[in-house]
Amino acid sequence: MGDLVASGLAGRLGAMAFALSTGLEGVLSAAVEKGELVVHVRRQSLPGVMRVLRDDPRYAFQQMMDLCGVDYPDRPERFDVVYNLLSVTLNQRCRVIITTDEVAAVPSVHRLWSSATWWERECYDLFGVLFSDQPDLRRILTDYGFEGHPLRKDFPLTGHVEVRYDVDRGAVVYEPVKLVQDLRNFDFTSPWEGVMTLPGDEKAHESRQGIVAGPPGQKR
Amino acid sequence: MTDQLAPIMHHDGQETAPVAWNREALAPGPAQEAVIKGITGEITEKGFVVANVDKLVNWARTGSLWPLSFGLACCAVEMIHAFMPRYDLDRFGIIPRGSPRQADVMIVSGTLTNKMAPAMRRIYDQMAEPRWVISMGSCANGGGYYHYSYSVVRGCDRIVPVDIYVPGCPPTAEALVYGILQLQKKIQRTGTILRG
Repeated sequence: MGDLVASGLAGRLGAMAFALSTGLEGVLSAAVEKGELVVHVRRQSLPGVMRVLRDDPRYAFQQMMDLCGVDYPDRPERFDVVYNLLSVTLNQRCRVIITTDEVAAVPSVHRLWSSATWWERECYDLFGVLFSDQPDLRRILTDYGFEGHPLRKDFPLTGHVEVRYDVDRGAVVYEPVKLVQDLRNFDFTSPWEGVMTLPGDEKAHESRQGIVAGPPGQKR
Repeated sequence: MTDQLAPIMHHDGQETAPVAWNREALAPGPAQEAVIKGITGEITEKGFVVANVDKLVNWARTGSLWPLSFGLACCAVEMIHAFMPRYDLDRFGIIPRGSPRQADVMIVSGTLTNKMAPAMRRIYDQMAEPRWVISMGSCANGGGYYHYSYSVVRGCDRIVPVDIYVPGCPPTAEALVYGILQLQKKIQRTGTILRG
């Protein structure tokens, strides 16, 4: 029974993917990936495609569950903006993905889903993605007067400032970050890395560390 | 006062061990009767009682240590556990307050972010003296999991002076109760009616 439902859903999603990729202006590709409908859209065509996805009774995505950003620093258009849509009447979900960079503004969808405003503010705050036609594009999560966009890959983990209470000035003050100890990045996949060789265990330890190669074909 | 602690007699005839956190507690019985009679006798005879004021003040302070309910993150859930009937902090006279003006102790339970730091300092400044701070959990103690984060204060002792650190991620409700009892001990040891 569950398989039947799942296969029926997959067939419907596949049909939707076909309909979207062939019959809608601005859709670059639409496919079912791991059982989920993923639609890549050209940035400029986003409002039209989104309006169809919301208002067309075949799609009827009444709700926008989430809007998030992804940073790929090596790409020319480094950011993905991902919209996760839900249809409560048809019980189906859809993921719309567009690409952008630091300066190209993404058309806002807050007139389609009013909940989009907070998501777009979050995406702007953390990634620095700009949204056009968004009247309230302020930071939402980070500190007042924060500089930078912390989820960009080139943002330093520890940021630039830290706070402390200054007794003389009677206020919380901001200062450049001073770390007593740098972040140590452990290799958690190898429990033995960095372990000193124990007496009597030299041979096993060397082969484990790949210092002495074993006979060819032998698994280390 | 008796040297030996008498076991506590309950109304159903059961005896339990004396309560450790109040070493001068007397079980109902002849010894307690004698003390009460002595005091009432002094009052009827002289009209006043001579007592150790420091001790009296410390008793009052430790017996009604009202914490500010200041939950910042998941540690707050364990703090709530400590307030709820299973651990029942009410029996120590510990009642959570919604206003810093009424609170004696601030339990910093959770991650303190840069954005929250000025607000927390302001709330601390609004508390009436004498005031104490319990830092609860790894994040409040030293940043914990978020020590290298761009947005988290590396220990709430950078913002307010801390009396008791409760370790754990999150600490259990028992650990918090233990921390509060340690704070009571600290108040009894160092507390004074003199300011400074």
